[in-house]
Amino acid sequence: METVVFALLNGLIYGLLLFMLSSGLTLIFSMMGVLNMAHASFYMLGAYFAFTLGQSTGFWFALFLAPICVGAVGACVERWGLRRIHAGGHVGELLFTFGLAYVIEELVKIIWGKFAVAYEVPAELNFSLFELYGAQYPAYRMFMLLVSITMLAGLWYLLKRTRIGLIIQASLTHPHMVSHLGHNVPRIFMLVFAAGCALAGLSGVIGGNYLVTEPSMAFSIGPIVFVVVVVGGMGSLAGAFVASLLIGFLQTFAISIDANFAEIFSFAGLNPEGDLGRITISSLAPMLPFMLLVLMLMLRPRGLMGEREF
Amino acid sequence: MTDYSVDLVPDLAPSSQYKFATRVLPLLLMALLLLVIPLLEPSRTSLSLLNAVGINIVFALSYNMLLGQAGMLSFGHAVYFGFGGYAAMHAMNWIETASYDGGVWAAFPVFALPLVGFAGGAAAGAVIGWPSCRRAGVPFAMISLGLAELIAAAGLMFVGLFGGEEGITGDRMNGVEAFGLSLGPIGEVYWFIAFWAFAGTALMYAFTRTPLGKLAQAVRDNPERVQFVGYNPNKVRYLVFIAAGGFAGLAGGMSAVNYEIFTPESLSVIPSGLVLLMAYIGGARYFAGPILGAIMLTYMQSNFSDYSEAWLLYLGLLFIGMIMFAPRGLAGLLLSAVSGIQHSLTVKSLLRWGAYCTAGLLVVVGGVTLIELAVRRSNGFGEVFEPFGLHLSPEQVLPWMYGGVLLAAGVGLLTALHKVGEGESK
Amino acid sequence: MPKGIVWKISLSAFLLSGSLLSAEAETIKIGYIDPLSGPFGTAGDGGLKHFLHAASEINSSGGMAGMPVEIVGFDNKINPKESLIQLQKAIDQGVRFIAQGNGSSVASALTDAIAKHNKRNPGDELIFLNYAAVDPALTNAKCNYWHFRFDSHVDMKMAGLTDWLRDQKDIKSVYILAQDYSFGRAFTAAAKSMITEKRPDIQIVGTALHPVAKIKDFTPYVQKMINAKADAVLTGNWSTDMSLLVKAANASGHNVPYLTFYGGGLGAPTAMGESALGLVKQITEFHENIETSEKQLARMNGFEDTYHLDMFYQRVYTAMHMLDKAVEAVGSLDIPKIAGELEGMTYESPYGEVTMRAEDHQLLQPLYISTFSDDVERDVENTGFGFKTDALISAAATALPTTCKMRRPS
Repeated sequence: METVVFALLNGLIYGLLLFMLSSGLTLIFSMMGVLNMAHASFYMLGAYFAFTLGQSTGFWFALFLAPICVGAVGACVERWGLRRIHAGGHVGELLFTFGLAYVIEELVKIIWGKFAVAYEVPAELNFSLFELYGAQYPAYRMFMLLVSITMLAGLWYLLKRTRIGLIIQASLTHPHMVSHLGHNVPRIFMLVFAAGCALAGLSGVIGGNYLVTEPSMAFSIGPIVFVVVVVGGMGSLAGAFVASLLIGFLQTFAISIDANFAEIFSFAGLNPEGDLGRITISSLAPMLPFMLLVLMLMLRPRGLMGEREF
Repeated sequence: MTDYSVDLVPDLAPSSQYKFATRVLPLLLMALLLLVIPLLEPSRTSLSLLNAVGINIVFALSYNMLLGQAGMLSFGHAVYFGFGGYAAMHAMNWIETASYDGGVWAAFPVFALPLVGFAGGAAAGAVIGWPSCRRAGVPFAMISLGLAELIAAAGLMFVGLFGGEEGITGDRMNGVEAFGLSLGPIGEVYWFIAFWAFAGTALMYAFTRTPLGKLAQAVRDNPERVQFVGYNPNKVRYLVFIAAGGFAGLAGGMSAVNYEIFTPESLSVIPSGLVLLMAYIGGARYFAGPILGAIMLTYMQSNFSDYSEAWLLYLGLLFIGMIMFAPRGLAGLLLSAVSGIQHSLTVKSLLRWGAYCTAGLLVVVGGVTLIELAVRRSNGFGEVFEPFGLHLSPEQVLPWMYGGVLLAAGVGLLTALHKVGEGESK
Repeated sequence: MPKGIVWKISLSAFLLSGSLLSAEAETIKIGYIDPLSGPFGTAGDGGLKHFLHAASEINSSGGMAGMPVEIVGFDNKINPKESLIQLQKAIDQGVRFIAQGNGSSVASALTDAIAKHNKRNPGDELIFLNYAAVDPALTNAKCNYWHFRFDSHVDMKMAGLTDWLRDQKDIKSVYILAQDYSFGRAFTAAAKSMITEKRPDIQIVGTALHPVAKIKDFTPYVQKMINAKADAVLTGNWSTDMSLLVKAANASGHNVPYLTFYGGGLGAPTAMGESALGLVKQITEFHENIETSEKQLARMNGFEDTYHLDMFYQRVYTAMHMLDKAVEAVGSLDIPKIAGELEGMTYESPYGEVTMRAEDHQLLQPLYISTFSDDVERDVENTGFGFKTDALISAAATALPTTCKMRRPS
């Protein structure tokens, strides 16, 4: 029982963090066809900006300022980088963001140093909220939960209830039609790219101090974000949401299962000391998203709730 | 009635002279170069670098069979390099055992191990390609990324097959000697690498001339049209994928013999990314492009770090620069320079070229100055950037201004040139 | 061409002291092959600075048998193949001693390649000074005459840790967490067997292996530990995996000792911060707060003033000074003889006598168990926190039997 409760709680938090990261990418990917390999780098920039801004303005201002700064960087990347090579096809754009991820990581190392920086949870939130089965539950996690739900609601309102949201929604599914209707599609692209980066930046602000803020944080979380987008499906924020939670739960549940292959497949007579029998479900946990990715692309390439195949 | 058709239709086929000059001559030149290099008595460093270059040439060319020829973007090509290499490494150890205890492998020369690598890579390609080649474009790229992550993780888990983090080692000085080469000293390994690099290049070039090779290009450019003609594009992709896996395995086998060690990190996404950079920076649209890319990146990887610790940043910037301004790669740049010289060698074009080169140089010098200053400032133990006897301290304002002004001047000049060019074309 | 940073420091270290030495003396070049760029660049960079400092120390007192020492850095990107290319570069530049430490895979590739090189090129031998690669195999199954290890390997550190555990009567159950690769598995195996041997009453309530650098949130692991009611946690984690584990433990209020090998590794104290106070213990041959001589304090200050980095590898100085002693004894660059001198050598380090055991070329040195604390004289990484000694494990207690069959050149 307690295992299930903990796995649910942790899976929820991790899933929401993933969703915050990947919602921006889903928007960008669906609209522009660009699978932004540098998306996680904007997550990293969010954490570093919050660290630096936080030193002078405090955490609460940084919470708002840092995503805006990240969004501005994103807008510049779109305006002077991606837009120039848009005509050359998606492979060029994909490779551009691939190179950008390298460059951002090296620049971060030069500006903030090669080691982790001391970006800490704000003192106001550094206490434990309640105790459950002997383990304390930190308040900061609840705060993360609140921020992500607020963001989810805000995003939903923006897309469903505003005029700009209507245009973005239309661009997600029928990008050509929208440009035929006379909207300035490049500007929408830039705005969406900036907004997507800002969302990644926001998840960096609240994830960076909860996890560790260091130059390799982008590289380590990057591939998971693609998994969410692909599994969720093209053009579907709801799909990305479900996929994030699914991956969050899948990973945390798998970690709590200690059984190894020799025990699970005991009928096959595997040697528990052998290479195959020794593998435990919990040690496979980080690999599960990639299995999900490969299976999904082979069996249902439109993803869980995708509007169309890519 | 007289048959006019013979006279009316000119002979469109290239002349045999032209065929020789474009298809056979480059390979002959390559062979000649490979033969001449040892006469220059290269040092141990140059030899080990040349060997690495030879391996990477085959690897990058095999990658370009996918990217350049069939238009398949893969983020997991090192998997096939790795499987080939591991197959060869295991075979090398079987040869060693067989040379004491006897057995089939005792008669197998180490020199021929890349063939085992080819088989390993092709087999892996056949197994993994079957599900993944049913998709093209971004889904294919994503599948390759997911599989690469899975296989890299498996590489650390299955110790019996991959030897764990420390990999498998072997000794190449066993079994039958081929061509009188003991393969002990690095000079003899050079001949081994040269032979296989040449054979691999020639075979992959020959592949582009086969009907399958031509069909692969058609699939890249217009898969629907290929389907109309009656071919199954997925099948074409699958066959090319197996061939590319095989040649990647060949490179893996060369690497196993050269280094006498193979570790699971060779399967990971990092070498997969590097081979993508090689093919793209060299020029994926040209057969010879990846060769240029492999030479340049191997050199950069092993020697740039002697000059600057920010070499990864330079590599990233170079890559982005190539995508934005020279998407046809180094080979494309070279060819346009050559055709520029051949066709429009006027004073005006020379001036333009000069201006472009000056602008590029200004950008590079300014950028390098700023980056090197920033790196030293970031390290924070008062080190000074001293190019060509200059004394640029990151603690003073002036050096930063030098860098900034040079960079701004270069960018300004480039923008101006660009505007002039646009005005002319209008 | 702009000369590289690495070269320049080495050059200036060399020039500073060059005036003391005769101009025509041969230079002793030590090739330092470790990552100097990329994700592990920081680790290699830190080691290099220790070597540079030790070299300038030796040069200012007259070099090794009158020959000045130069450290040449080679960036191997922590890749075994790239290391072998860099090894060839090093040999071409006249390097006769190779120093390396990051990554047992690199160490095992290098020791293999150096043994082959020495066999194929007699008269042109190399010596391998391993300052941090801790796979036991390197001085057991894979040992060779040219390899010398100056760090205590996994089993030795575990022996020290379990010796200490023997006296902690209030610890009744432990949880073992390590990364899923050769080092983590060796760590787990050693922990299990030694705990069963030394404290049969301690219950091992769980073991887990997780993939290296793939877990973002360790809370599920910590909750498993809490559920299992572990009194202490043994972990072989390093770098980010170490910091994330401690952060998660602190967030869940898991206040039990975390016994680590790399709790004080470069960068970890900053990342863990306050959350690690009183929790994280490490076993090392050195930390800055061990009581010591004025001379050693001056060395620490000298190092920190030059490189703005905490001193971390005492063993680098041990390695360099033992090499110095061996070269002085031989008087020339006769590599097989120098290796012979190093074999069995004893040396008085600032923290007690150390011995290079002849049968497997493994250094035996005293180890210290220490706790991350805010009550310290010298802090690490300007955090205000540092390590405080709990216990000393004598060099003899870490001496484990070896399976090495050393083959010496005739």
